[in-house]
Amino acid sequence: MTLLIGSITIGLVLSLLALGIFISFRIFDFPDITAEGSFTFGAAITASLIVAGVNPVTATAMAFAGGLMAGAATGLIHTRFKINPLLSGILVMTALYSVNLHVMGKSNVPLLSQLTLFTWAENFSVSVSGKDAVTNIIGWSVPVKDLWILLFCLIMIVAFSLLLLWFFRTNIGTAMRATGDNDQMIRALGVNTNVMIVFGVALSNGFIALAGSMLAQFQGFADVQMGIGMMVWGLASVIIGEALINEKKLGLLIAGAVIGAVLFRLLVAIALRWGMNPNDLKLITAAFVFLALVLPGIMNKTKKIKLISQ
Amino acid sequence: MKKMLEISNLCKTFNAGTINEVMSLRNVSLTIEEGSFVCVLGTNGSGKSTLLNAVAGTFLTDSGSIVLKGKDITRRPEYQRASQIGRVFQNPFSGTAPGMSIAENLALAARRGRKRGLGWGLPVQVLSELRNRVKVLNMGLEERLETPIGKLSGGQRQALTLLISSWIKPDLLLLDEHTAALDPKTASKVIELTEKIIKKDNLTTLMVTHSMQQAVNLGDRIIMMHQGQIKYDFKGEEKKRLKVPDLLALFDELRRKEQIDNAVAELLLNEYV
Repeated sequence: MTLLIGSITIGLVLSLLALGIFISFRIFDFPDITAEGSFTFGAAITASLIVAGVNPVTATAMAFAGGLMAGAATGLIHTRFKINPLLSGILVMTALYSVNLHVMGKSNVPLLSQLTLFTWAENFSVSVSGKDAVTNIIGWSVPVKDLWILLFCLIMIVAFSLLLLWFFRTNIGTAMRATGDNDQMIRALGVNTNVMIVFGVALSNGFIALAGSMLAQFQGFADVQMGIGMMVWGLASVIIGEALINEKKLGLLIAGAVIGAVLFRLLVAIALRWGMNPNDLKLITAAFVFLALVLPGIMNKTKKIKLISQ
Repeated sequence: MKKMLEISNLCKTFNAGTINEVMSLRNVSLTIEEGSFVCVLGTNGSGKSTLLNAVAGTFLTDSGSIVLKGKDITRRPEYQRASQIGRVFQNPFSGTAPGMSIAENLALAARRGRKRGLGWGLPVQVLSELRNRVKVLNMGLEERLETPIGKLSGGQRQALTLLISSWIKPDLLLLDEHTAALDPKTASKVIELTEKIIKKDNLTTLMVTHSMQQAVNLGDRIIMMHQGQIKYDFKGEEKKRLKVPDLLALFDELRRKEQIDNAVAELLLNEYV
């Protein structure tokens, strides 16, 4: 049960990553691999600031700002210098690797004895229900503080999702969605699509860096390798969400990305529990995304063949 | 009459310096008065669509100038010109965002060329106006405002694009063979709508078309382009008297001239080189 709650919490934290990937891949149709660097960048910024004694809220906000800058760099490289989106992302991601090492000063920064957002949630739990309080959920005993942390994550994610939903319904947000949908049309309506792309990729990476920052605080360390494979991870979450929702409504798509992230994390936890070799995790994730991308096309084809043969 | 659009000595060469070099516009000059409806005819590759795209700002021209309502827009990027120009494209899928609802598409049009901030994208006053304006199309779309535009037919999308391009009265409306991809019945419906919208706001219009019948029926001026130049320009009474056979004859003449040109070039080549 503790494992389950832990997995859901991590899933919620990583749903910020899924939201970021959703913005770049689905809203803008921009295959942005900066994610791998900006995820670690967010973790690195928060970890070093917290170690330096900065308040965790500020440290988390700075991670968001760092992600914004990384994304803006990718967007500018793409729009200003006409470099292919994938390559722009790879350039920034590679550069960020060195930047992250500089920010952290070493390849791993432990946060276990530091004050983080989660220590606050824990302290709150202690003040409400006492130290080492345990509650009973369908026969399992669960530390109350884990539940508080889960609730804290849930509230945060819901708040961010609503904020994102609101933003994409404002004038500028609608223009951004139109940029990804039909850039010719929205240019003819007076929108500078280059600015929209830079802004959108920045926003996406802001969310991804936030996910990195939260994960570092939750697991108690930042590591220079922690971003590897995160883009495919996020994409897998988004795809699961879409399969579940199967609708084009913006609010549902955002909710789908969040639910997909939690579900995917649970699937992974179950697979690891069943004895899957952790080394195979990335291979299986990649294979999963591959199948998810290919299967709809194959299913359509077989449907057509069936229709014809009838 | 006030001048709305003044194009002078416009030149554009694509792929300059390569084997695929094409001189699409050669010293094109054209002045259009306010409220005038101009049809542009021409053979394939005559530069008529290029002329339209040059005015819209899809690319920047090599030389010459474009002045729209007293403003020199020659070097301005496409998105800045959009505050003055409404456009309908040849491809019915180009003018609308398929993943967004009819209402959202039109709300985007309601802010053409204006600042887009954090205000709500679908304000109540736009929504109520929206229903009335969509009703005018007579396609029953006012009941489907929440439908994604991608689910509509080409004709419906082209009709909505017309509405989008003219939601805020543009100084100039550019129509680029906007009925060429539609079936004849839908095309005539869209043309009817085009006339209605242009008449209502007395829009200055530049329309490229393949159909000589359209050119004869619509507008108050016909321009014929050939090899990147304006060859004929008919206005007023002259335009009114013009019929399809006359236009066909002119096209024939242009073609014959081109053949003679080529023949003479070959002759000279054999003679002197």
